[in-house]
Formats: sequence, structure tokens, C-alpha cells
Amino acid sequence: MTGHGILEIVLFCLTVTALTKPLGVYMHRVFEGQPTALSRAIGPVERVIYRLLGVRESDDMRWTQYSFALLAFSAVGMLLTYVLLRLQGALPLNPRGFGGGQMPPDLAFGTAASFATNTNWQSYVPEASVSTLSNMLALTVQNWTSAAAGMAVAVAVCRGFARHGSAGIGNFWVDLIRACLYILLPICIPYALFLVWQGVPQTFAAPVVAAGLDGSRQTLLTGPVASQEAIKMLGTNGGGFFNANSAHPFENPTPLTNFVQIVSIFAIPAALTCTFGRMVGNPRQGWAIFGAMAALFLCGLAVCYQAETAGVPAVRDIRVAAFEDDAPGAGNMEGKEVRFGIAPSALFATVTTAASCGAVNSMHDSYTPLGGMVALLNILCDETVFGGVGAGLFGMLMYAIVAVFIAGLMVGRTPEYLGKKIGKYEVRMAILALLILFATAASWTALACTMPIPPSAAALNRVNGSSPALDLGGASNNVGNPGAHGFSELLYAYASQTGNNGSAFAGLTANTPYYNLTGGIAMLVGRFLMIIPLLAMSGSLARKQPTPASAGSLATDTPTFAFLLAGVVLVVGALEYFPALALGPIAENLQMLARQAF
Amino acid sequence: MIRHLRPALVTVLILSALFGLVLPTAITGAALFLFPHQAGGSLVQLGGRVIGSGVIGQTFASPGYFHPRPSAAGAGYDPLASGGTNLGPTNAKLLRGRHRDHAGGAPDPGDFDGIGDLAASYRAENQLAATDLAPADAVTRSASGLDPHISPRNAILQAARIARARRVSVASVRDIIDQNTEGRQWGIFGQPRVNVLRANLALDGMGSGQATAHPTGTGR
Amino acid sequence: MGNDETGAADAPEVRARPRRAPRTLFAKQIVHRAAADAVRKLDPRLVARNPVMFVVEVGSIITLLLFIRELLTGGRDLLFDGQITAWLWFTVLFANFAEAMAEGRGKAQAEALRKTKTLTMARRLTGRHEERIGATELRKGDLVVCEAGDVIPGDGEVTDGIASVDESAITGESAPVIRESGGDRDSVTGGTKVLSDRIVVRITSNPGETFIDRMIGLVEGARRQKTPNEVALTILLAGTTIIFVLAVASLVPFAAFGVRSAGVGALPSVFLLEALLVCLIPTTIGGLLSAIGIAGMDRVMQHNVLAMSGKAVEAAGDVNTLLLDKTGTITLGNRQAVELIPLPGVEVDALANAAQLSSLADETPEGRSIAVLAKERYGLRGRDLHDGNAEFVPFRAQTRMSGVNLGGSQIRKGAAEAVKRHIVELGGSVPPELDEITDRISSAGGTPLAVAVDDRALGVIYLKDIVKGGMRARFDQFRAMGIRTVMITGDNPLTAASIADEAGVDGFLAEATPEAKMALIRAEQSGGKLVAMTGDGTNDAPALAQADVGLAMNSGTQAAKEAGNMVDLDSNPTKLIEVVAIGKQLLMTRGALTTFSIANDISKYFCIIPAMFAVTYPELGAINFLRYGPGSALSTPNSAVLAAVIFNALIIIALIPIALRGVPYRPVGASALLRRNLFVYGLGGMLVPFPAIWLLDRLLVLLRLA
Repeated sequence: MTGHGILEIVLFCLTVTALTKPLGVYMHRVFEGQPTALSRAIGPVERVIYRLLGVRESDDMRWTQYSFALLAFSAVGMLLTYVLLRLQGALPLNPRGFGGGQMPPDLAFGTAASFATNTNWQSYVPEASVSTLSNMLALTVQNWTSAAAGMAVAVAVCRGFARHGSAGIGNFWVDLIRACLYILLPICIPYALFLVWQGVPQTFAAPVVAAGLDGSRQTLLTGPVASQEAIKMLGTNGGGFFNANSAHPFENPTPLTNFVQIVSIFAIPAALTCTFGRMVGNPRQGWAIFGAMAALFLCGLAVCYQAETAGVPAVRDIRVAAFEDDAPGAGNMEGKEVRFGIAPSALFATVTTAASCGAVNSMHDSYTPLGGMVALLNILCDETVFGGVGAGLFGMLMYAIVAVFIAGLMVGRTPEYLGKKIGKYEVRMAILALLILFATAASWTALACTMPIPPSAAALNRVNGSSPALDLGGASNNVGNPGAHGFSELLYAYASQTGNNGSAFAGLTANTPYYNLTGGIAMLVGRFLMIIPLLAMSGSLARKQPTPASAGSLATDTPTFAFLLAGVVLVVGALEYFPALALGPIAENLQMLARQAF
Repeated sequence: MIRHLRPALVTVLILSALFGLVLPTAITGAALFLFPHQAGGSLVQLGGRVIGSGVIGQTFASPGYFHPRPSAAGAGYDPLASGGTNLGPTNAKLLRGRHRDHAGGAPDPGDFDGIGDLAASYRAENQLAATDLAPADAVTRSASGLDPHISPRNAILQAARIARARRVSVASVRDIIDQNTEGRQWGIFGQPRVNVLRANLALDGMGSGQATAHPTGTGR
Repeated sequence: MGNDETGAADAPEVRARPRRAPRTLFAKQIVHRAAADAVRKLDPRLVARNPVMFVVEVGSIITLLLFIRELLTGGRDLLFDGQITAWLWFTVLFANFAEAMAEGRGKAQAEALRKTKTLTMARRLTGRHEERIGATELRKGDLVVCEAGDVIPGDGEVTDGIASVDESAITGESAPVIRESGGDRDSVTGGTKVLSDRIVVRITSNPGETFIDRMIGLVEGARRQKTPNEVALTILLAGTTIIFVLAVASLVPFAAFGVRSAGVGALPSVFLLEALLVCLIPTTIGGLLSAIGIAGMDRVMQHNVLAMSGKAVEAAGDVNTLLLDKTGTITLGNRQAVELIPLPGVEVDALANAAQLSSLADETPEGRSIAVLAKERYGLRGRDLHDGNAEFVPFRAQTRMSGVNLGGSQIRKGAAEAVKRHIVELGGSVPPELDEITDRISSAGGTPLAVAVDDRALGVIYLKDIVKGGMRARFDQFRAMGIRTVMITGDNPLTAASIADEAGVDGFLAEATPEAKMALIRAEQSGGKLVAMTGDGTNDAPALAQADVGLAMNSGTQAAKEAGNMVDLDSNPTKLIEVVAIGKQLLMTRGALTTFSIANDISKYFCIIPAMFAVTYPELGAINFLRYGPGSALSTPNSAVLAAVIFNALIIIALIPIALRGVPYRPVGASALLRRNLFVYGLGGMLVPFPAIWLLDRLLVLLRLA
């Protein structure tokens, strides 16, 4: 760790914390339908949209209706995405002439599921598969809508706690439109222009062939990158315009864009904790959640940054210098960009997996085992550490129910959270959501483990010319690294997809019908079968009358509770996955320290 | 329940039009108006020809140029196949892989220049002793495969070779390095770095004093 | 309000102290019976009620079958496999044993109760005739006669007569109580014994539904239904169990991947997987959960409180508001004279003299306290007026006065208004100072009694409610628990406020009527609060039924007892406080052991996983804590796994005392409790297994068992 690295991290933490309250308060006003500074400009548009939809702002939905609206909306969006991807060959704005061949049905299904669920897992190479129109109209639109839908669900879950004796938990359409128009849109426009200023392309011009100074030739592919990049980060989507994602200089050209991108991943998820506190009438409740998330985040970051700075002993043996002059270790620069260096890369990796963003500015697969394990563990803890827009908050509330249930008993009362008694229904729904996430990730990984390992995993690496989209069918599990690391790749793949993260240990060649189909199912299950139990829980909570707090009730707005909540997330996540982690990153770390290679 | 289908359909259509067509077009318009150079991809032109992008790395193999980092993008710095090696730290290929040309006739099955191999090549071409530390960025591949930068230390170690090849003084090459070293952005963000394309353009412009040394649009 | 034998001397205490429990938890006969029951409870149909233990039992059966096959075909590692199988069975047995232990005491009690029931004969009245039938043949509505020496054959109401009854069979209290027809003391319980006189009882319950039947059912746990929190916790544990079953099942392909890519090692055996599974699923809390519930009910029983359901006990832990009757609960049953205030121009001795005379024949506690005050404070000797010329005037509702006519003068004491009227009737006049004094006393929470001799007012006796000792401290404790106490009294608001202030309750309901009480409960409940109250009269019944916790006094009416969800056999209203503490303890114990159980898992991982993959990934040995410390060279993968499994089984036994006694509850705020319990059971649960498993591991090596 270096002074500059720590400075940048501290600055990041301060920026996110400073944004939390103003943005959180603003979002609270938006979702409560109170007038904001933007109401005059956006209000008329909003009302026209409601009229077109045929919904009234005041219509309240029961949780079943809310769920159905969400499902219907996502299904229509996913279907449209699928159709656009399949038909891209016949549609305009296709400078490189991609067609159905680049987007076979299994890949189109996996991709549509991926973007509709806010996952943005990309098993394809974007610059070799997707037309500009597909990027704009299919994928970017899903970036907007899946993020807005996540926020809507989070707000609906909050209403379960905030409302008393109410049958409804809000109106999905209103929440969705407001999230888009009042929150995402006003941030994305200046954000996109900022990115252009720093060097992100935004053009419809055709690719340029450049004749390099030293005789090389490059096809410089551009496009409307900035407008996609802004929502990709802000909506914790993570699906890149390019294969290298936010490591690509066209997506993330400067250290400043890098910093802003990391901040923009956390901005809304962090602020939603504040929104939650305001909704339930006690800002401290939001800060307690924020505190638990921050504690987990900082622990993960410390481990990841330390591991990446320390680097790989075998590389040190080759007498490789420390990348940063004041760094103590050799530093692991494999798969990292010079303009960022180690601290902002470790920070990005921790943030993107803590939030369910999945954008990367460095290749997680080349991280040290412990650095990679932090990313993996963040995902395995169901991305509750700030988490995806909306998804992080409702995921954390799921854990809060479990924590309150255990801890609440320990103070000698029927557990209650925010005055609502936590009964068997709430416990059942929270456990069901947890169980579904675990079962999906674990069983798909287990199944992939039973497939043959490629004869020489090393031979598959797509370096020096080999095709990255090599289709190996079901003949092999296509891991790109041998031994324990190969297992980590499989675990990461299904954890990332189930958790709707979208980042990858990308050595795994995942663009096969098997992976596209199973991954697509994992993403859909991980998104909707988690959301529905939580909405059901919210519906049940909204009906309840609150119990007034007393000295005997568990205070959930204290550091003790934040600590407890963080502990529950960590213990539950770690306990579920310890055997898998032992066989993956932990074994690999010990092998690496013993300077073994395979 | 079926009544939710109409809003679902209409919302998807409205939002698709708004965020899929209207917004990108509007932002493109604004971007081309405000930042036409960057919006177009920060293209660098020399003598009317596009020689590359100021933010994208490209291959330099001649001894008279600064060499960029090794690249895993396609055959090297291929913008259509961006990406890293994705090799893990216990992968023998990454650590000990040998390039076909370096394996002394016996081709390595991996045919891959691992970190050890890259360090050996780097030391050889820059005439460093086997005990000299190799810069981390010179022996590892970036995440994008298009990293336009190298570390100042890496550039300095290459200075002697470049000076030899160009028959100029090492000091003048180091001047170029100094002029082309970008500090931390705003003094805080990121790492000090040297943009390889710009440094090499400066090398080409050195001595000749041609206007070509001042390519259009050097970015920010 | 009921009997007030528990006076100020009986200092209240929140910590539950059992009254007639067996001396120790592990009484020999209970342990013996529990051990036998533990085996009987292996019946899978019984175990299936408990998802955690059911999974363990299924695992035990699988390993047993595999072990038998190995015995027949010759296995590689019979010693290890056999021990794992055995300890899996022990785990189930220990859990069963814990439950049987908890049931043990109740069973002993139930047997004693059953004996009183079986041989009772009833004398049923049919018209004018009387017939002798077995008590079990009685039906609701039958009339039976009971005379001295008879055991009352069933629950009922006294319709005729008065009798003293020995209720020790139910209450354990040997002092007889009076039962009479009409009023609030008409209920009798089957199994109790008439000591004197004759009563006619109308039977109010059918066989099998009597109080004693219910009691037997409750103490045996036969009617035990899972409480809401227990159900929710069971769901949580079942969910966790499923997760761990999946985790262990998916470990096989994960391991297969590792074995194939490393090229060495073998898949973990079923024995190893079962060992891991049983260590991970929350067997500790799973094994002790029902024992905790039964023991909680049992603790309530030991306080002579009969809870009709575990739900009621649990609700007691959640109570937000406690409604307490003033008289008998907060104050001693009776007011006492504390001061004599003469009117201007009256000697205090004269007042004392008159007060004493007027009270000599007054056998009410107030009357006696006046005599005592006159004697002790004002130095008047006790006098005897049985000389014939004294004529006592008893208290009458119309006059609201009592006194004595002595030597032609009328000495009276009574309510100020009544005495004033009396004076005016006799032609006297009342000095204005009298009103001043009485107002002052009233506003201080006291009751003024005016004293007059003929038409002259002498002064006022200050009668005061005496708050029981220690009540303030107790209400402070309640406040710390987050429970609001409300005093219910028939007094006027002024008096009530003063007593409430003195006792330290949080609020009061003055001039309370049954309707007002009911309205108060409803108002509290509509605010989401849980309300507890005590009551004994028939007019309390609706409120008792409405309250979330209604503690009826055994001395009260049948209606009250049926309306409440708990009956205090000692008829001591302060018992509610202990019940609340027990309810909280019950929940805390569940939470603490759940936390402990889950926290335990961490250490077990650190020895089982490295052992499991000792061949495939020998590097993992670095995280095995058994590899450190003396004797580390001897520790083997087998000893590590066995040590974890044995620890997992023994911890159930080790925690039985906590499960049965409950986690100690101290009335401090929730935050302090949480911190303490998190520290003890969370952190403790994480750390304790490390040394324990380490020791077991070394022991196994020493004994050459692994």
C-alpha cells in the first residue's frame, strides 16, 4: 500500500459519503412524489407518459400486482432485446456488418437475460458481435430500465417497513418512470459529456483504419460510447461497449474518469440507504445500514489492495520492480493499466463486485488469489455491500431480517425491525431468497465442475491471435487456468451471474450454448426469484402495525447493530461458501505462496 | 393482471425510444459540438493521415521507438480484440511460458512469452544485467491490451537503446521522456506515465524540426 | 384483590427463583428416565418434527448401513468410519436426551397430579337424592355435594354454602382458603379437599377438560404447540440446514474438479461428508430448541403459574405495558393511619383518645392501625371497653361512619362529608379548617377520616396507602426493560397521582371501572403494544381476555380464570413480573444458542476442510489450527474430523444446563443485553471450539482412536 493509493481511497470514501445525504434526500422526495427542483421541467413529460401508459400516480399496488408488473415489464424488455439482437443484421447502424451469426439464439438469450436482469454478463466480445444499434437500442435501454426497476423494487421494499396497515407498496410504473426521469437522466447527461471531454468517443462515424507510426495497422472502432458508459456505471450495469470494459482507454481514458466511474457505481446504492432512513422516518436507520456496508467494504478493500500490492512471489523472483516507487511489494500488474496503477484497480475491483456492477478496469482473473477472493466473496455475499442500484439495499434488508431475528431473540423480545414484528412469514421469505441464490450458484457450479477439464487449459487462452469466442460446445468446461484457479473461474462465473454482477474471471470461455443457456437461467432466477420473496415480505410488513420502540426493543440505528449486520452478512456468506473458497482461492493462495505453478 | 401488459409494452417502447434513440443522438450532437476531437476518438493525424488514437496504444517494435507494454489484444494492440491474458498467478504459462523463438529450437507447447520470458527479452534488448529489476509494466500485459502508457521508469530504461538506434544522446531522449511524462491527474489521481505514441512522435520530430512533430489533436 | 400474605417483607425480585423444583437439574431419577426416553425418541416420526435432527438421523442411518456393509466386505478405515457413525447417533441421542430432561420434571409432577384424580368419588345430587359416582362420570352442570374430608371431584362454582378448602394439591400452599357461594370466591378446583363445612358445587367442566387435566397436559408437554417465535426459528434453522446440505452435496463435484485437475487424491467418503454436514448444520440449537421451550414452561410452573400456552409465556416477554392493580399489588392491601391532625383549639391527646375509642371495636385493618397509632405515637394504653355501657356503632354504607356510644357521648369517625352531615344533624357547626385538612390529605394521596365527639369535630385521621417495599426499584427495572407500568385504582385522580408518584409507576388509571380498563387495553393495543394485566373478579374477565397476557388469580372466579391465559396458583399479582422475566429468558436462550451454534461452524471448517483435502491440496494444512501447538505431528486428518464431530455432539450435552435454566436475564436495556450476549455467545461461540477441538484431537491421538 502506498500513500498515494491510500489518499485516493480516502478521497473516494469521502466523496461517496458526502454524496449520500443530498442524493438520498433527493431520491426520497422523488419517490414520495414531492416536488423537486426538476419537477417543473420533467413533470409534464412524466404526466404525458402516465397518460400513455394508462396508469394513475395515486394507484397503489399490492405486492402481487407489483411483482407482476415488474415481471411483465422485464419480460417485454427481454423479448425486445432478444429480437433486436437476432435481427441486428437487417437493421441500420451496423458499420461492421454483424448479423445473426455473431448473435446465435443461445447467445442472444443469454445476453437478453443478462441485460434485463442488470447483470451485463458478456460472454461475447462486443466489438466482434454487436452492432451500434444493438448497443444503443437493445443493451443501453436495458441498462436504464433494469437499473430503474431495481430502484423501484428497493423503494417498494422500503415502503413495507415505512407503511402501517397498508395493503399496497406503491406503484411500479410510477416508481420506474420517476427513477428514470428524475434520478438517472439528470445525472447521465452531464456525466456522458464529462466522459467525452476526458476522451470517451461519442459518434456515429464509421471505424477508422489507422496506419501506425511503426508500421502497424489498427481499426479504431468508435461509437456512441459515452452515453452508454454513463448509465453503465451509474446503473451498476457494467456491460461494456468493448470487451476490455472500463479498462479500455475509450471507455475509461484517464485516472479522473476512473475515479468518477468508481464513485458513480456507489453513488446511488449508498444514497439509497439514506433514502431508506428517510422513508422509515429515522435517518439513523439508513446510516446504520450504510455503516454495515462501509465496514464490509473497507475490510474487503484492505485485503484486496494489500494482496495486489504484495504481488506474486514467483514474479518477485524474476526480479520485477515494484510498480509504484513507494510500494513495498512487487505489485501485481498483470491485467492492470498503467494510468490507474494498483490502488485504483483494487478499489475498482472491490467496488464493482460489492455493488453488482460488474464493470472492470483490470482483469480479475489475473488478480492474486486473495485479491480475487475479495471480489468473489463480495459477490457471494449477495452483493449487499452497497450493492446494485436497489438490489443492494433490498439484499441488505434481507440480511437485516435474518440479523434482527437472531439478535432480536437475544434481547428477549419477539424480533422486530423498525417496529414491525418479524414473524415466520418474513423469516421464510428472507431464507427463501437466500436459499434460492445459494442453490442456484452452487448447483450450476457443481454441474459445470462435472464437465471435462480442457486437455490443456493453458492452450485455450485467447492470446496472440487465438479466437476469443472459440466454441467448444459441451465438450469441456472451458476453464482458462489450471488447478484451483480454474475452479475459481467456474464458481465466479455462476456466482456473478446468479448475483447479477456480470464481472468475470474471464479466462473462462463462456460463449458456448451450454454456458449461455445455464447462465441465462441463473441470472433470471437470481434476479426475480430473489425479488419476489422480498416483495412478498414487503407486502406482509406493510400490512402490519408497528410496535413503538422502547428501552427493551432492539435498537437498529446503532453501531452495535451495524456491526452485527456486517457480521451476519460475512458469516452467512462465508459459511455457505467456505468449502468452495477453500478449494479455489484459499488453496491457490497457499500454492502461490509456496511458489507452485501448474 | 392482464391489464399490466399494456403499461409494460408501452413503457418499454417509450423508454426504448427515449434512451435508445433520442438521448444518444442528442448527446452525440452536444459532444460533437463541445468536444469534437475527443468525441471522434482522439484521433492523431500526421500529414493528413490517421496514425492512431491519442488514448489507444499501438505496437512499436523498432529499437528507435519506445516500446509499449506487451499486449494480449489479438496479435497485439488490436482494438477489435481488446482484453488481457486472464492468466492467474499460479499458471505456469504466465510465469514460465516461453515464446517459440526463445525456447532454443524446442517449441514450448504453450508458445507464450510468460513474465520470465518477457523479463529476459526486456533485459536483453535494453542491455540490462540479469540482476537488474525489470519494470512491472514492461513484463505484464495490461487489462485492455491497448494500454497507451508505460511507466516513466520503463521509458528511462529504454532511453539508452533508443539513443543508440537514433544516434542521439541519451540526455535528449530523457528530455523527451520528461516532456512527455504526465503526472498524476490533478496531482492526485492515477500514476505518472508516459504516452508511448506521443513520446515516439516527439522522437520522430526530434532534430528534424519538422512540423510533423506537432500532430493535430494531442488530446487534453 | 386476593390474599396479601406476601407483605412488604417479601422483597420482590426479578430473577426467577423456583419454589418447589427438584433440588438439582440433574436429579438421578430424571436423568435415568430421560436416558431411556432419548432412545425411545429415535423414532423417525418423532424426530421429523425437528428438521435439523431429522437430517442428522437420516445421515446416521446411511452411515450405519454403509458401516455394516464395510464390516461385511472389509473396509479400509473401520475404526474411523465406525466412530463417525457412532458419534452421529450420539448427536441425535443427546438432542433427544436434552428434550427428555426438560420433560422429566413435568412428568414427575404430572404423575403426582394424576394420582389425586383417579380415585375420587363424587356425591351427585339428582333432585333431592344423592348418588355416589366416579368423578370421571361427572358432566358439566351436575351438582355435587362436598363435606369436610371430601375431595372436590371436579372444577365448579359453589352454589350453596361456605367451606374452607385445602388447595395444596394444586398450589402447593398448605394454608386453607375460604370458598363460598356468590361473589368472587365461589370457584373450586377438582382435586382440592374440603376441610370444614359443606358446599354444593355446580360442575363447570367435562372430564378431560378440568383444570387438573389441563395442568397434567401442560406439565407433560403433551399439548405443547410450537410458539410463533419457535416456528419462525424452526424455519430459519430448516433453511440453514437445506443450505448446508446443498453446500456439502455440491462439495463432491467441487472436490472432483480439484482431484482431477491436481491428479492426486480421492473424493471425500460419505462418512467424511456426513461428518462435515453434521458439524455445519445447527445441531446445537436444533437439538436444544424444544428443550428450551419445555423448560421455559416448566420454569413458569415452578413459580406456581399455570400458563395455558407457550405463546402466552412468549408474549409475556414482549409486553410493553403492564397494568397493575393498586391494592394488593403496588400497595399493601389496606391503608394505615399515619397521623392525627387536630383542629385548632383541640388537644392532640383528645383527638387521639377519641380516635382510639372509635376504633376499638373496629376490626378492619384500618381500624386496628388507628388503635396502634394512638398507642404507639400518642402514648395511649390499650383499653378494654367490655364493661357493658359502651355501645358499638358498626360501619354502615348509609352513614359511612363507625364509632362508639360511650357514657352518653357519640364518638364517630368516618368520611369527612358523612361526619360533617352528622355534626350538622346534631346541631353543631363545622370549622372551615376541617375542609382544609382533608383536602390537604387527599391531595397527598391519603384518605382523611374525620373524628367527632357529639357535635364537635376534633380533627382528622390521616390514612395512607402504604406502597410495598422495593416496588420503586422494581418499576425502575421495568423501565429499563422498556415496559411501561400503569397503576389501576378506584381512587380519585388526585390520590391516584400521589400514590403513582410514590410507587414510581409510569402512569395510572384512576376511578377505574371495568369499561375504562378495557378501553385502556384497547388503546394500548391499537398503538401496537402488548398489554399484560392481572385480575380475579368476574368483571375483570373481558379485560383479561383482551389483554395479551392475562394472569388470573387462582383465588378468583372461574370466569376470570377462563378468560386469562395464565393462572397464578398463589394468587400473587406481583408474579407477573417473574413471568415477564421468564418470557424474555425463553426468547434470549433461543437466540443465544442459535448464535452460538452458527458461530461454532467457523472453527469446524478450519479442521475438517483441510483434513478432507489433505491429499489433493496438502497446502490447505496451513489453515488447520490443529497443526499448531504441542503434539501437532501426531494430529491426523482422521483425528481432526473426529474431534470436530465429537465436539459437536458433546456441546449439546454441555449446553443442557443453559437450555434448562435459561440464559440469565438482567433487567438492563436491550442494547446492553445485545452487546453482552453477542460477546458471550457470538464471540464465545466462535472461539470456544478451537481449544476444545484441539484438546479432543490430542486426546484421540493419545487413546489411539485416530
